[in-house]
Amino acid sequence: MSAFSNPYDPDRKLGTTCACGKHASQVEHEAERAVPENLDASDPEVLLNRAIESAMVRALFPDDATRRRFLQAVGVNTAMAAIASVLPIGAMQALAQEKKPLEKKDLKVGFIPITCATPLIMADPLGFYRNEGLNVTLVKTAGWALIRDKMLNKEHDASHFLSPMPLAISMGLGSAVQAMKVATIQNVNGQAITLHLKHKDKRDPRQWKGFKFAVPFDYSMHNFLLRYYVAEHGLDPDTDIQIRVTPPPEMVANLRAGNIDGYLGPDPFNQRAVYDEIGFIHMLSKELWDGHPCCAFGVSDQFIKENPNTFSALYRAVLTAAAMAREARNRELIAQVISPANYLNQPVTVVEQVLTGKFADGLGNVMNVPDRADFDPFPWHSMAVWILTQMKRWGYVKGDVRYKDIAEKVFLVTDARKYMAELRMKAPGTSYKKFKVMGKQFDPAKPEAYLASFAIKKTA
Amino acid sequence: MTKKDFWGAAALSLLFFLILLASWHFSTLPTERISAANDEYARLMGQGAKKTEGLPTPAQIGETAWKHVTDPFYDHGSNDKGIGIQLAYSLARVGAGYLLAVLVAVPLGFVIGMSPLISRALNPFIQVLKPISPLAWMPIALYTIKDSSLSGVFVIFICSIWPMLINTAYGVASVRREWLDVARTLEVRPVRKALQIILPAAAPTILTGMRISMGIAWLVIVAAEMLVGGTGVGYFVWNEWNNLNLANVIFAILTIGLVGMILDFIIGRLQRLVTYVE
Repeated sequence: MSAFSNPYDPDRKLGTTCACGKHASQVEHEAERAVPENLDASDPEVLLNRAIESAMVRALFPDDATRRRFLQAVGVNTAMAAIASVLPIGAMQALAQEKKPLEKKDLKVGFIPITCATPLIMADPLGFYRNEGLNVTLVKTAGWALIRDKMLNKEHDASHFLSPMPLAISMGLGSAVQAMKVATIQNVNGQAITLHLKHKDKRDPRQWKGFKFAVPFDYSMHNFLLRYYVAEHGLDPDTDIQIRVTPPPEMVANLRAGNIDGYLGPDPFNQRAVYDEIGFIHMLSKELWDGHPCCAFGVSDQFIKENPNTFSALYRAVLTAAAMAREARNRELIAQVISPANYLNQPVTVVEQVLTGKFADGLGNVMNVPDRADFDPFPWHSMAVWILTQMKRWGYVKGDVRYKDIAEKVFLVTDARKYMAELRMKAPGTSYKKFKVMGKQFDPAKPEAYLASFAIKKTA
Repeated sequence: MTKKDFWGAAALSLLFFLILLASWHFSTLPTERISAANDEYARLMGQGAKKTEGLPTPAQIGETAWKHVTDPFYDHGSNDKGIGIQLAYSLARVGAGYLLAVLVAVPLGFVIGMSPLISRALNPFIQVLKPISPLAWMPIALYTIKDSSLSGVFVIFICSIWPMLINTAYGVASVRREWLDVARTLEVRPVRKALQIILPAAAPTILTGMRISMGIAWLVIVAAEMLVGGTGVGYFVWNEWNNLNLANVIFAILTIGLVGMILDFIIGRLQRLVTYVE
């Protein structure tokens, strides 16, 4: 009997369960997985209750065959009543998910209308915030500078961030110093380099001298990845091309107007340029660094200290959403709920192409890249260290950088582990891992050596 | 203006409108699309589906306008509200900023107008601050006021104060000497002199300043809301621009124009009330 099966079901077959253990047979398992609307499996409460009941009944009847005979003999209801009279199942359930009183129920969460924010947006229409007793107002915000200002102002309690932003704000770069924390990473991959259709024959970056590119913000993965990409092809991003900051929603309009030649931007605006027949997708960011973080869900240090229970509730809601968003079978449904004017304000088909990875590239081909966008909540310290090396590489920070200290102060790995465990999600054992960016190995233990290995850089 | 002139002008207006509409209609007629390589690609590109591209036709605008006008107060969540609600937010912000500006500008204008010394002392400040664009104030406002909605009100205030201040000062300073001399001869007290002689005399000039200021306030609110976001017609324009939905943007522009006209009309009426013939 698996932890998730109904312990009171006398007819449940023993031994022959499915791969996930929640179904009587593999056939039943397939059937349920095929239904996209089945949200129950991702509802942590149902699973938690069921797991507790199972554990207790299993303790009472260690042998599955005995349990079955007992249930058949007295009937399920009698058995439930009998067991409930000796075992405090209800109390145990309440204890395991005891919700401490929330310090603050009405929250304002800022977001930029891009698919990176999928988990924190979908948590609203799908009711994950409500389930935690939170009344969250999602506030669509015009640009990253405003996101920063509204967080510093405390107008927003929590916010969608670009993952380098909390590092920058905590270090006081381009802002007043305020301790900001990355609670979870929102998404990995899911960005792309889009070029204007007139450049469809210039696929080699060496031909890009003099191009004007847009990125969403100075302190963004987009900026660092674009710089990295062109530098690997021998162009100095500061002198050979022009990089300007443009809010993502305005990128398509600027591309159409010819103000820029292309951008490394977040979706859905890459796909939107294709949809509007203005540009084509030159390269997905996944091809630069598969699994790179992009946006983050962040809060101020002060908010966590003043509202620890609210913070946990918010954290659980966003994690639950991230868990659901990871499943490919849910993606179409998610595209439906986040496309309306209240959230992304985009045609559903555009968002769907981004999330399912089956998309038109703008040059007449249909591509199929299921992991074009993914949602991995774990805030890797090693990724923070990489971001810091790039900030130093391009002169955003000067002097010695205490990579590990800053990364560990800002990226909240311990909390991520704790809440992921609560929701039965697998969190990795270490927070540092090596990874490859454009084929080049990055070792988080040796950031300075990594930095020194680049030919094009701004550091003296 | 005679009745004949009025009808002539109206007919000419209508003719211009029709010419505009017709040229718009013909220049935005949909063109034949290049058929895509295969069906799947065409579906992903949204071909066959209703899709806005290029400038919308007048008929599309009409359809959009009808949709908004018949359902102006819907509320589909914090980021998607009807045009009526958005207008109300914008008008409230403009009202607050403008009222504040009136409260500061009129008394200060009086002081400046009555005292040549203060006038000369404050003049350099006014000349420097007057030409600053509303959006240039925004970062400072956000940083110091620490509230985006209040920052919007502040920007309205700071931009609409100057025409009123300058006009009030000018109106007060140019009250005819004879009237003031008469008042002095009759030993009228200063407060009474200000309220019963200077104020009515300067009122037409003050109202002209207020009218210019109202125009500026309404100009500024759209820009400010596009930047600060959240609510208001400016936000509505920005949000629809994100979706490249030009029909909605054009509808919003027309609405902004209409409301601006109504505001101007109201103050124009007030102005007529205080105008006098010497």
